Amino acid sequence: METKNIMIVGVGGQGTLLTSRILGGITTKAGFDVKLSEVHGMAQRGGSVVTYVRYGEKVTEPIVEEGQADLLIAFERLEALRYAHFLKKDGVMIINDQRIDPITVVTGVAEYPEGIIEKLSAKYKVISVDAMAEALKLGNSKVFNTIIIGLAAQHMDFSKDEWLHVIEEKVPAKTIEINKKAFEVGYNLGK
Amino acid sequence: MAETKIMLGNEAIARGAYEAGVKVSAAYPGTPSTEISENIIKYPEIYAEWSPNEKVAAEVAIGASLSGVRAMASMKCVGLNVASDPLYTDAYIGVNGGLVVVVADDPGLYSSQNEQDTRCIARAAMIPVIEPSDSAEAKEFTKLAFELSEKYDTPIILRTTTRLAHSQGTVELCERQEIEDKPYERNPQKNVMMPGNAKVRHIFVEERLNKMADDANTMEINKVEYNDTSIGVITSGIPYQYVKEALPNASVLKLGLVHPLPKKLIEEFASKVDTLYIVEELEPVIEEQVKSWGIKAIGKEIFTVQGEYSANMLKERILGQKLELEAAEKVPARPPILCPGCPHRSVYTVMKKLKLHAAGDIGCYTLGAVPPLSVVDTTVCMGASISTLHGMEKAKGKDYIKNWVAVIGDSTFLHTGINSLMNMVYNKATGTVVILDNSTTGMTGHQDHAATGKTLMGDTTYMINIYGVCKAMGIEHVYEVNAFDIAELEKVLKREVARDEISVVITKSRCVLLKGNVFKEKCVPVSDKCKKCGACLRPGCPAITKNEDGTIKIDQTMCNGCGLCMQLCKFGAIEKVGV
Repeated sequence: METKNIMIVGVGGQGTLLTSRILGGITTKAGFDVKLSEVHGMAQRGGSVVTYVRYGEKVTEPIVEEGQADLLIAFERLEALRYAHFLKKDGVMIINDQRIDPITVVTGVAEYPEGIIEKLSAKYKVISVDAMAEALKLGNSKVFNTIIIGLAAQHMDFSKDEWLHVIEEKVPAKTIEINKKAFEVGYNLGK
Repeated sequence: MAETKIMLGNEAIARGAYEAGVKVSAAYPGTPSTEISENIIKYPEIYAEWSPNEKVAAEVAIGASLSGVRAMASMKCVGLNVASDPLYTDAYIGVNGGLVVVVADDPGLYSSQNEQDTRCIARAAMIPVIEPSDSAEAKEFTKLAFELSEKYDTPIILRTTTRLAHSQGTVELCERQEIEDKPYERNPQKNVMMPGNAKVRHIFVEERLNKMADDANTMEINKVEYNDTSIGVITSGIPYQYVKEALPNASVLKLGLVHPLPKKLIEEFASKVDTLYIVEELEPVIEEQVKSWGIKAIGKEIFTVQGEYSANMLKERILGQKLELEAAEKVPARPPILCPGCPHRSVYTVMKKLKLHAAGDIGCYTLGAVPPLSVVDTTVCMGASISTLHGMEKAKGKDYIKNWVAVIGDSTFLHTGINSLMNMVYNKATGTVVILDNSTTGMTGHQDHAATGKTLMGDTTYMINIYGVCKAMGIEHVYEVNAFDIAELEKVLKREVARDEISVVITKSRCVLLKGNVFKEKCVPVSDKCKKCGACLRPGCPAITKNEDGTIKIDQTMCNGCGLCMQLCKFGAIEKVGV
C-alpha cells in the first residue's frame, strides 16, 4: 500500500494535537508504520498550526510534501485556503466552517478573504460543516474537533468501533462520553 | 514480541535514558526539548529536575556523573550557549558515570531567536555528537551515547532538531538496564581543571577525538547503503528521511556519529559514487570537513543554510525535476498572539498608553513587539532585558530611559535576569524593571520553576519569593500590582519610571492557560450602548471583533472574562456576566 498522507491545519489552541494523536492511535493499532509531526511552542499561541500524519508499510519522512496530501482536515476556513496547495488533485478536504480572524485582520492590515468554501469547492472535493454550532448543540464547544474526526472517519478505512475505542483511550476520562457523542454526530453528518 | 509504542522523539529520548539506567536528569524548559523532562518523570527510577537555567542543569548532570551514575542534561539550541561554560571544560574532565547532553536545534526557527547549529559548538568544545533520524533511533542512540560516553571518557551531545523532537514514530520498548554505580575516587589531575592539569588533559582530549574518529570508520551507526552509485549522498538525522523519500535508489552514507567524522569510510564511499552530495540542514559542518580532505562534493552550492529541507526540495535540486505544484494562495498571515485573557496584554496596554518603550526578553511576552501592542523594542536572549536597559542608561544617561522599562517573565527572571538586576543595583542604575509574574514558564507549555512551589516531579517545595529577592538585593522600591488593575498599574508605572532610583514592578496574574484556573465570568457587549469607538479592540484580544454595523462582538467560547475590554470602555457597553 502506498503511504497515506493526512494534514490537520488550524489555529493554535484549537486542539490539532489531540486530533493528530487520535489519528496516530488508530493507524498504529491497525498495524501500520506511522509518523506524525506536530507543532509545539510559540505557534500554539493562536498562530497557524499544521500537523502531519503519515501511515503505510514503511514511512520515511514525517512531513507531507506539497501536492501530496490525500486528506486535509481544516479547523478553520482561512487555514484551509492557506494549505490547500498541499492537497493531491484527487484529495479530499474537510473544513470546519468557522472564521477566526488573525491579528492581521483585526488590526486592519489585511482582509479576511470572502467565498473561501466556494473557491476551494471549485477545485477540490470539499466537505464543510459548522462543527462549532454542532458542538454547541451538544453543550460543549471543545468537542467540535471530535465532530470533524467523525466526518473524516468516512474517508478512512477504519470501523466505527475502532474509532470509538481510540477516542476512549486518547481523550481526558471525564470527556469520554461527550466525545463519543460528538464523533457520532460527525460520522452521521459525513454519510 | 517486544512491546511497541508510537512516541515523540523527545519521549523516545526519555525512554532511552530510562533504559540506559540513567539516575539523574536536569534541564531548563526550551522548545523543542521540553518534553524530554516531562516524559522522564514517568520513570520514578530517575531523579529529574527543572534547574533555573541550562548552565546549572549541565553542572548538576556533571556532578552526578562524577559521583558515578549515568546522568543527562537537556536543553534547546540556545540553551547550549548558557551551558557552554561548564561543558567546554567538562570535555577535558571527562566522565565517571556516562554523561549525555541532549541539545535540540531549531532549523526553520519555529520557536527560537536564532538558527544556530549545535555541531559548530560541539566541534569547538571537542565534544562528540551523535544524531538520530527518527523516534526509534532517538531511543537507541540515547542508550548508545551513554556507552560511548563511558568508553571514551567524554560527555556526548545527542543532537536533535525540531522535526525529530516533535515527530512521533514507532519505538520498540526494552527493559531498563541496571547499571551499578561507578566508585568515586579522588583524582584532582583529572577533575580539577586548573592550568597545569588542563594542559595535560588537552592532550588527552585531542587523542580521544582522534581515536574516536578512527573507530568511527567501523561504527554500526555510520551506515552505508549501496544502491545505484551514480548518485551518492552523505547525510544524517532528519535529512536522511528526506533523502530516502526523494532518492530511494541513491547510495547513502548515513552518519550516526556526526562529530568526529569517519574519514576513511567517507573516502571509500566517495570513491564509489559518481556524484557526491552532502545533505545537511543548517551549517556546512560535514561538507567543509569532507572538502578539506580534497574530496569533490556538492553541498551548499545548491542547498541552503536556512530552514528545513524537504523531499521536494531534493527532487528539484539534485534530480532537476520540475514539480508541477499548485501555487500557495496569498492569504493574510496568522502570526502567534497573546491568548484571550492573557495578563501580558493588560500590562502592555498600559505601557502603550504611557508611550513606554520596553527592552524585552524571551517568553510569550516577546509578542508585545508586534502590532497592535508594539511596546517591546528589543529582544536578545534570556535575561537580556534588564542588562540592555542598563547599558542604554550608562550610554545615554538616566533621562534617556525615562520612557523605558525592562520587561521579563518570572521564569526568565530566575533563569538569568537575576544577575542583571544585581548588576543594576551594584552599578547604581535608575531604571524600572517590570517582572511579568504569571506563576509559570508559559511559552514552553507551563513548567514549574523555583517560584511556583512545585518541582518537576510534582513535590511541594519552597517558593522563591521574587519580591523578597529584589528587596534582599537592596532595592527600596519594589511593588506588586494586579496585572489587570490598569488604573493602579498606570499610576505605579508612571511614578516609578520617573523616579531617579532603581525600581521593580511585579505585575501578578496567573497565566490564563494554567491548569486549575476557574473562570466564573465572561464579558458581554451591550450593543445599544456601544459607540463604535474601538477602544476595546485596540489591545488586540482575539475574542473581540466587529459586527457589520461597527458595534463589537465578543466570542463567548474564547472569552475568559479578564475584563480588560470592560475597563477600557468608557460607555459601559461591556458587562461581565456570570457563567
